[in-house]
Formats: sequence, C-alpha cells, structure tokens
Amino acid sequence: MKPTVNISPKEDFINLYLDNLDLITENSSGVLNAVRQSALENFKLLGFPGLKNEKYKYMKVEAFFTGDYEKYFTPKRITFNVDDIFRCDIPSLDTHLALTLNGFYLSNPHPISEFENGVIVGSLAEAAKKYPNVVGKYYNSLSGNDADDGLVALNTAFAQDGVFIYIPKGVRVDKPVQIINLLMSDEQQLVQYRNLIIAEEGSQVEIAICDHTLSPEKFLSNVVTEIFTNGNASIDLVCMQNQHNDTAQFTHIFGQQEKDSKLVTNTISLHGGTIRNNINILLNGEGSESHTYGLSLVDRTQHVDMYSFIEHAKPNCTSFEQYKAILDDQATGAFNGRILVRKDAQKTQAFQSNNNLLLTADARMFTKPQLEIYADDVKCSHGATVGQLDLEAKFYMQSRGISEREAKLLLMFGFAHDVVGHIKIEALRDRIDELVNKRLRGELSRCHNCPMHCY
Amino acid sequence: MLSIKNLHAGINGNKILNGINLEVKAGETHAIMGPNGSGKSTLSAVLAGRDIFEVTQGEITFNGKNIFDMSPEQRSREGLFLSFQYPVEIPGVSMVNFMKTAINEHRKYKGLEPLSASDFLKLMRDRKELVEIDAALTNRAVNEGFSGGEKKRNEIFQMAMLEPKLSILDETDSGLDIDALRIVANGVNKLKRPDNATIVITHYQRLLDYIIPDFVHILYNGRIVKTGGKELALELEEKGYDWIKNTEESESNL
Repeated sequence: MKPTVNISPKEDFINLYLDNLDLITENSSGVLNAVRQSALENFKLLGFPGLKNEKYKYMKVEAFFTGDYEKYFTPKRITFNVDDIFRCDIPSLDTHLALTLNGFYLSNPHPISEFENGVIVGSLAEAAKKYPNVVGKYYNSLSGNDADDGLVALNTAFAQDGVFIYIPKGVRVDKPVQIINLLMSDEQQLVQYRNLIIAEEGSQVEIAICDHTLSPEKFLSNVVTEIFTNGNASIDLVCMQNQHNDTAQFTHIFGQQEKDSKLVTNTISLHGGTIRNNINILLNGEGSESHTYGLSLVDRTQHVDMYSFIEHAKPNCTSFEQYKAILDDQATGAFNGRILVRKDAQKTQAFQSNNNLLLTADARMFTKPQLEIYADDVKCSHGATVGQLDLEAKFYMQSRGISEREAKLLLMFGFAHDVVGHIKIEALRDRIDELVNKRLRGELSRCHNCPMHCY
Repeated sequence: MLSIKNLHAGINGNKILNGINLEVKAGETHAIMGPNGSGKSTLSAVLAGRDIFEVTQGEITFNGKNIFDMSPEQRSREGLFLSFQYPVEIPGVSMVNFMKTAINEHRKYKGLEPLSASDFLKLMRDRKELVEIDAALTNRAVNEGFSGGEKKRNEIFQMAMLEPKLSILDETDSGLDIDALRIVANGVNKLKRPDNATIVITHYQRLLDYIIPDFVHILYNGRIVKTGGKELALELEEKGYDWIKNTEESESNL
C-alpha cells in the first residue's frame, strides 16, 4: 500500500535515491559514484523544471515523473538473443555496433571492446573501472556546470551505466560507431543512463545513436550525453529517435570543443510521445566549428520541444544551427535557441534558423530564437518561420501531373531533406531519407525487422 | 483539341475574362498577344486549373472532355502543359525525383508500368540534348537558384519529358536574352508534331520570329478583339497596342 500522504515527486525521487543508494553504487563504478551525492544536493535545490523556468515554458516536466514507473538499479536479466528481436535494417551500413537495453550496456560478449587502433567502445560503468583517470577527467565536467536544470542533476544522481566511446589521438575511425538504445519491458519503466564520448586531438569519428522501443509499455527516459571534441578533432553525431507514442524522452547533450575542432550533431525525431532535446555546445577553442541540426516530425498529440544553447567563448569560431519541424493533427512543438557570444569571442560567425511547417489549423509551434552578443566584431543571424505548404509549389507539381497528395508529400520531404542532407554517412542518410518518406506517408517507419508494432 | 466558348472568369470578384472564344486544332500554333492586364495569364491559369480564379460562365473542352471536371493533375495527364511565366522554386525536391514522379503518374494514367531507373535516366539524357539544357541543372533542386533563362529552359525540358498534346507557353520569352530565346524556341519547334498543338502567349512579336504561328489573336479587356495570320503580329508591333485600344474605345463610344 502506498502512503496516502501526498509526497511531491521531488521528494519521491530523493527517497528513492536514499533507499536504493547501495544498489545504485554497487552496480556502477567509483567515478560515477563520486559525483552522486552533490548531484542529489543539486536536484534537491532545483527540483523539476517548472513552467516559470524560461527553458521549459511549454512543458510540464514534473507531470511526466509522477507516473508509476518501475525503476531498476541492477540490469534485469532478460534471456534472449538480441539478433532474434532486433536487427538494424540499414543496408550497407557497416558499423562498430554497441547496444544498450533499458539503459544498461549489453555485453556482447564483452562489456568493453578495445580495438587495435586504441579505439574503445563499451559500457561506461566498466570503462570507469578500467580507465578511471580518463573517465574521471571528463565525466560530469560539463553537465556538472549546468546550474539550472534539475533533470541533469537527477540523471547524474541516478546514472549507473551507458556507452563510453574513446578515440585516441590522431585516429580516424574507418567505420561509424553505432549505438542502439533499446527499451523493452513488460512493465512501464524509467531509465536514466549516461553516454560519454571523447575524441582526442586530431581524431575523427562518425557516430549514430538510435533510440527504439521494442515493447508497447510506457517508457520515460532521461539521458545525458557528454561529448568532448579535443583540438583538431572531428565528431559527426546522428541521433535517430524512433520510440512509440506512449513514451516521454528527455535528452541532454553537452558538447565541448577545443581549438580547430568540428562537432556536427543531427537529431532526427521520427516518433515519440513527448520528446525534449536539450543541446549545449561550448566553443572553447579558437577556430572551432559547430553544426547543430534537428528535424522533428510530429503528429496526433505528440509534443517535441527543442532547446539549444551555443556558447561562443573564444574568438574565430563558427556555428551553424538549423532546426525544422513538420507538425500535423493537434501536435505541438517548441524551439528555444540561444546563442551567446562572449566578450572575447571576436570574429564569431553564428547562424541560426528555425523553420516550421504546420499542416493543420490545430497544430501549434512556439519558437524563440535568441542572440546575446557581448563582442563587437561578429557576424550573426537568426530567423524563424512558421508557415504552411507552399501552394504555388503544390500547384506547379500538380500541373505536371503529380497528384495533390504526392505533391504535398514531395514538398514535405523536400523540407525535411534540407536537414537530413547534412548527414555525412551516406548509407545512413539514404536510410533516414527513406524513413522520413515512410513516416510522412504514415507507413511504418521503423526498422521493419522489429516484430513489435508499437504504435 | 481545345475549345473555349464564351469564357468569363475573374479573381476576388474582379472580372478579368469577358467572353473568350477560341478553337485550337491538332497541328496548329496559336499566338495570343495583348497588353498588360488584358487577361493573358489568367487565361492560361484557368486552363491549367489554378483554383484561385473563379469561372463564372462558359465552357472549355479538351479532347472532348469538360476541363472543369478535371483536377490540374488530370489535365496534365490528359496532355495539357503550361509553361509558367514564373516557374516556382521547390527547395529540397530534386529535378530527378520531381520528373520521375510526374512521368510515372502520367504512365499510370495510361495504364503503363513505371519506367525503370535506367530507362528514366536515358529519357532524361535524350530530352536534355533535345532542348539543349545544361546537364548539371537536372542534378539540382527544382528551379532552385536557377537564372531566369535556366528556369525557362527547364520548362521546355519538362515539356519535352511529358510530351503534351497541347502546350501553353506563358510569356516564355520574358527575361530571355537572344541566345536563350533561340534555344527555347528551337526546343519548342523540335517538339512540334502534327498531333500536338501550341499556344504561345507573348507581349512581343520577337518570339514569333522563331515560333511561327498559324493564328494570332489579340486579347484586350478579357476578350479576343482581333484574329489574323502571322502578319497581324507584325502590324501590332508596328502600330503598338494603342492601335487596339483606340479602335476598341472608339467602337464602344459609338
């Protein structure tokens, strides 16, 4: 029986932490455990972001965390062969594959793989034990500075595992690293895991992260990913979100870039009940270049909320940002993009655009582009549009014999391709184009080998 | 092929066409000339099925079928083609994707299988040569960033791909330099066959040096006020539209 006294969700989580601290620490590692207590203190202070928090103006975060979710602090032993239930259907995409199940790394067969060239892909908890110095140097060094988001603190307090990727100095990884996060359970569940990606000086890597649900139960995820792009390194990251419509997903990416580095992120939100994506990029070295792209396709009562914060801390850096959304039915979306150019960041070039397509009169989009400039020699622009399909273009296509439906689909596809086209890995780009196309057509748009029909 | 009887049409309650009559038969080339605001573009838009224009009276049959029963795409599949005065830019939609979709919709309408990728590319190559369009243009998004001349050439290329029965060229000459004009006109002439027809809408006689019309119609205040052979265009060029305006006004003053 549950006590009848009303306990706030915040206290609920604090109690959950205190009650399970032994289990949590036992199934994690020293580096992660070392920052737990202070993260909990932070969470006590911050709580869940409320509507008064400018960043979370369009969503009631707390409501998602009041649900009756199961929380596991040990990896649940599920005996199955991953290949039986899931095979990523991206043809000709040869990758270093890593899988997580409900937030825990799936050892297949080893918890960590170290390749000949020194590249490491594996469980974050294991990596923290095996390479405590490396993990300790980076872990929570960015997210720990986030002083106003209680969700990040909550994740840090609870996170036990996730994926660790390490690219040594000068190594250019020949094939992409692919992380597939699977959610599968026979009860509704909350997962909070962590990813840590480090590219040492002059290295280069392409990474694809795909989020899937394999069972129809409700899932709530709150995930933090820290990415370090050291001097002259280059990371291309594609995040593909494809969860069923009964899920809520909160993601927080923190990226730090050193001198002459390049970080490209591309977040494609195909499906998900409620999706909140936060991305924070710190341009911390001269000459660094950041590309932040996002595409959301939402319908029914879905909600997608995008927040980005690009911080130009050093001179001569460039940032490009483009977010697009197509909203159908009663779907809602929000974009809040902030660019901060610090006083010393002279010769900054920062560009941001947010374009949204509303397909019905009921769909709604809130957009808030923000530029904050303290340097005096910069080139910056931002712009946002909310509109409907171009009727002239539609008629032009119809006049060539293309049906109205096809014309609309082509226009939407064209609108979306603008973002997808930035994906560097060709096989992945083609596959995502295809998924977007199917998604827009209302056809099944998940890796079709999956036996579950989640929505 | 095309028969327009007593066509009245307008936009937002303003009358633009006031009783147009026109017969176009297979193998014929008609030129429609007229000053700004005479209704030339409205006529082509109504023929293509642009729904912002309201037809208040009259009838149009194309291949014996009532055109008002057909959507714009059906008209196209029936063989009607409008070369736009201002071709529309469609970012993100590649020319290949656009044309392949159009061609296959036409084929489906005729009960044919879709073209294979290689046959389609072969057709593209073939038609590109015919209308002398730069190969690189078809690798780009539809009309995006095309120059004025490139856009017009792209219209003729699409016409060559779709092989319409009736082509309406709406001010295809506007914004073209002499060389581009020649290329565009050559393309149109190469596509001419005994079983198809062309309507050329233009301000100037210049284009008619290259595309020789069988009939010239002068449109004024939404009506065809004069019809003649190709020499009418020359006469108009010499006397100017004031000639028509003055004749019309003196007649209406009587």
